[in-house]
Amino acid sequence: MSTPTTAELKPAPPPVETIRIKVDGRELDVPKTMPDWQGKPQPTTMLQACAMAGLEVPHYCYHPKLPIAGNCRMCLIEFGTPMMGPDRKPVLNEDGSPKIARSVLPYEPDAARGAIACATPISPGMELYPSSAATKQMREAVLESLLINHPLDCPICDQAGECKLQEYSVEHGQATSRFVETKVHKPKQVDLGPRIMLDDERCVLCTRCIRFTRDVAGDDALGIVNRGSYNSIAAYPGRQFDNNYSLNTVDLCPVGALTSKDFRFQMRVWFLKETKSLCATCGTGCNITAGAREEKLLRFEPRQNDAVNGPWMCDHGRLNYKWVQREDRLSTVISTRTGSGTWTGVLAEVAEVLRNAPKGSVAMVLSARQTNEELYLLNKLAVLCGAITDSIAREGQGDALLVSPDKNPNSNGVRLTGVAYTEMGIQIPKIAAGIRNGQIKTLVVFGEDVTRHGLEGDVLSRLDHLIVSDVLPNETTQRAHFLLPGCAHIEKRGTFVNVKGRLQKFMKAVEPKGDARPEWEFLGELLQLLGRPENFKSLEGLFNQMAKDTPAFAGLEWSRIGDLGVNVKL
Amino acid sequence: MAFIVPAELEAELNELVTHYPQKRSASLMFLHAIQEHFGFISKEAAEWIASKLDLQPIHVWELVTFYPMFRQHPPGRHQLKICRTLSCALGGAYALHEHFCRKFGLDPKAHGIQTTKDGSFSVEFVECLAGCGTAPVMMCNDEFHENVSLSKADELISKCQ
Repeated sequence: MSTPTTAELKPAPPPVETIRIKVDGRELDVPKTMPDWQGKPQPTTMLQACAMAGLEVPHYCYHPKLPIAGNCRMCLIEFGTPMMGPDRKPVLNEDGSPKIARSVLPYEPDAARGAIACATPISPGMELYPSSAATKQMREAVLESLLINHPLDCPICDQAGECKLQEYSVEHGQATSRFVETKVHKPKQVDLGPRIMLDDERCVLCTRCIRFTRDVAGDDALGIVNRGSYNSIAAYPGRQFDNNYSLNTVDLCPVGALTSKDFRFQMRVWFLKETKSLCATCGTGCNITAGAREEKLLRFEPRQNDAVNGPWMCDHGRLNYKWVQREDRLSTVISTRTGSGTWTGVLAEVAEVLRNAPKGSVAMVLSARQTNEELYLLNKLAVLCGAITDSIAREGQGDALLVSPDKNPNSNGVRLTGVAYTEMGIQIPKIAAGIRNGQIKTLVVFGEDVTRHGLEGDVLSRLDHLIVSDVLPNETTQRAHFLLPGCAHIEKRGTFVNVKGRLQKFMKAVEPKGDARPEWEFLGELLQLLGRPENFKSLEGLFNQMAKDTPAFAGLEWSRIGDLGVNVKL
Repeated sequence: MAFIVPAELEAELNELVTHYPQKRSASLMFLHAIQEHFGFISKEAAEWIASKLDLQPIHVWELVTFYPMFRQHPPGRHQLKICRTLSCALGGAYALHEHFCRKFGLDPKAHGIQTTKDGSFSVEFVECLAGCGTAPVMMCNDEFHENVSLSKADELISKCQ
């Protein structure tokens, strides 16, 4: 697998070929081609050209990461092309500028003939009029037509607040409906799959969901049944729409037709506090926006990062947040030795234990679910105590799209901070043997139930000191002499390095429960008690120091990582 | 009831696929052939067609639900199809349809195909049968009938029985 790097051999990219056009009368050079949904170069469309001019063309069916369908007609715009004479030469105005022929209806030369901006390529000299009166009229007509059979019950619709129909109605709609006839009724509350509910009356038939599941998820499960105004999105009767990416169709749905059974009617979206975070379910590290209200997590949504997950995430990861707020969360700091229940008391006791531990008598098992900053501090602690360290590998099923077979979010962080080497878990038998033969007397465990990974209860019972930090209770935490309740990543800030070597940061979405604190905070205090200077007051400072001390992170600064992360050398 | 396609029909359909640049293009021809043989398109039939053409069943179902001429339920043994396009509508197609419905105890106002409880007759409106000069026209099974008066209609029914 030793493919030579070709980066330095690649010739410089050829200069981008551009086309000169006018958007709303303003001259603009746009590239001749732009990447399509798969990243292949395709002729630049009117919609992309308008976006480059800073004008958003409204659309429902178009999505940059899906094949183009061109069915909603919302992106119609008026345009013109340079007029050609019979001699195939451009016809010029008196001032020498090319004469532009506005596109008109063949049978009604006074009326503009629009083109769908999402699927029409631009050509040299073309003029686009996305703000003209004719364009405005086309948009109003399309929107009115889409709303003919659409229920006008926005106050009780779960999509309200993030609905494209609502948004465009504000910009291009009319205050009242002219439709006095009876609306067509279609199936409501259709159970499309285990995680998706469909309201066919709200659907505008943009087919984003069909295209997503066919072309991205690779599960050609959806189609349109019936005819005319009875057209409805459906799965084959008796078949469930249940692939592991089905919830992305809820994000894609521009209206309230597809809703997540988990989130629907849980919260009005404008009350959500949104936080940029990561999914920690596997090593891919999909970027997410966590939605919470009054310290209660309510949903995860993918946040677009083309270097990692594009605009998607898997259903499993998206719904993997409920454990954070389980009733039995560890929320009390405790020392079973003295019964102390305060952080100062327990940390002082732990410091005492570690200070008096002879070299070689301490071992540490540190989860690859901890952040880089925590692993960095834990590694400092390990060096101080002369401790042997390791982590636990967590292998599972992966897939071809996003799910990684590595179920740890930070395996590479464990390696780069020096907690474990290439293969995780090889020291565990050594640690077990050391405990059995009495050499290892103190075990520090962060975020793992070691009784399930080779250090069973009878081994742990031989220890003099078991110092444990975790989020949820397990056999290891039950046996702990010192229990330090930690945080789920969604309750703290930090960084992970994903399987491909992308270092990404995440923010705190909700407060931890009870005594639970971010591990980096109390680890700093512990190091200080042991006479070390690493008690950081801020995560920024901690990160920057870690970056200075860790070769793989050299040159990084918290403030310069950005929301999409950076690649580090593995 | 298992869905079994006779070997000759399957051979015929296999040959049909070769007429098209891609298998999916044969979908409609398959549906016609299956309906002609079985009288309707069952879910099993749709799934069979999908597997023959490397499609998902939903894509066959889209067609079945789109075209009213594809039936999802078995029709009667005798099918009465009354033209209701303009000439026939003016020429008494609705009276004819109502006449059949009253005879069989069916609802003359109901949409779509209706079948008698014993399964002997089904009555439906269809679009233009291209006999505008001799309205009202109708089909009884595959036979075409012109200038169908109510008494002629009764005659037709008695012939069927």
